[in-house]
Amino acid sequence: MRWGLGRSRYTIAPGLYAIGTPAGDSPVLVTANYKMTFDIVRRDMRGHDAWLLVLDTKGINVWCAAGKGTFSTDEIIRQVQRANLQQLVNHRTLIVPQLGAPGVAAHKVHKACGFKVVYGPIRSDDLPQFLRTGQTATPDMRRVRFTLTDRFILTPVELASMWRYTLWSILALFILGGIGPQIFSFSAAWSRGIIAVTVGLLGLFTGAVITPILLPWLPGRAFATRGAIAGLATGMLGLLIFSASLGWLNSLALLLAVAAVSSWCAMHFTGSSTFTSPSGVEKEMRQAIPAQAAFLLVGGLCWLAAAF
Amino acid sequence: MSSLRYLENIVTLKLDTEKCVGCGMCAVVCPHGVFTIEERKAQVVDRDACIECGACAGNCPVEALSVKAGVGCASAIINGWLTGEEPSCDCGGSC
Repeated sequence: MRWGLGRSRYTIAPGLYAIGTPAGDSPVLVTANYKMTFDIVRRDMRGHDAWLLVLDTKGINVWCAAGKGTFSTDEIIRQVQRANLQQLVNHRTLIVPQLGAPGVAAHKVHKACGFKVVYGPIRSDDLPQFLRTGQTATPDMRRVRFTLTDRFILTPVELASMWRYTLWSILALFILGGIGPQIFSFSAAWSRGIIAVTVGLLGLFTGAVITPILLPWLPGRAFATRGAIAGLATGMLGLLIFSASLGWLNSLALLLAVAAVSSWCAMHFTGSSTFTSPSGVEKEMRQAIPAQAAFLLVGGLCWLAAAF
Repeated sequence: MSSLRYLENIVTLKLDTEKCVGCGMCAVVCPHGVFTIEERKAQVVDRDACIECGACAGNCPVEALSVKAGVGCASAIINGWLTGEEPSCDCGGSC
């Protein structure tokens, strides 16, 4: 479900839920109605008593919903009133996940419904310790990370979102592969097409899987740069394997195409990462997209020319 | 984490120290440790780590902080270019 397949079914009904057997003095935790999020919070809070106020975020996780504006000040106020929380608990504190803060103004929630927002830890597995220590978070609980495991888990998300373009590109490559001295040849479409598709998939794999995993060790700041460098490296590796049969035009085409495709895919991994700013991504794209297009165009022309 | 740094000198974060009352909310909500509080005033100590999520500005009770907030996602920005609207992550739920 993380990969976006049938994700829309993984929504739970918004409202108030109980973890364990909460009473009037039990803490109130606020979360999103993405089933994966809900289940993880319940799992991490096993053995504790708490109220869980689930907002209607259309089945989206806390951080993205806060960015989209569904995990919001207004939605918190609405759910507090709907659950009649003032009657149910004898304190006036809501524990809101820190990553919900982009969508929430703590002082406005307090003004509108009398509940004070306390921002809890980023990761729900820190919740028990946070509650035990009088609702205080250590600096480490307040920082997002982007570990090797995080990056590895997220690579299929990118691949899954690209499959439609990939299928069309494969079809186009087979058709273009057939163009040659005899105008169009089905045998060339197959033999040249299959190599071009392999090259394209190598670029895709380098940009969407290898680059994210090796991210901290690749030179450059921009994702497009890191992807292009990784692409040149795997392209070289590809040349070492195929080179005997390719000729210089095809070899150049391979190198340029792998770098361009890898750079493009790596650039799209910005959305899965935790440390990119929109201003930065926009700047990177304005510089990288013309370069990627030029690489792909020159590479494509070399490949087409090699048929004659 | 130190090698996972993004582009320099690009973020739109602005802090008006005059207005700041030193409540410390920005330092609490920031997921990248951009702020510290010294002598009852917020200070930007790691500007390039800012991801422009907008949490600090939204939670500042005296509007001392401003930032052009959004999502750092290439697909969202392309969507924004194509539709002529603000970039949003409605890319089929993949984020």
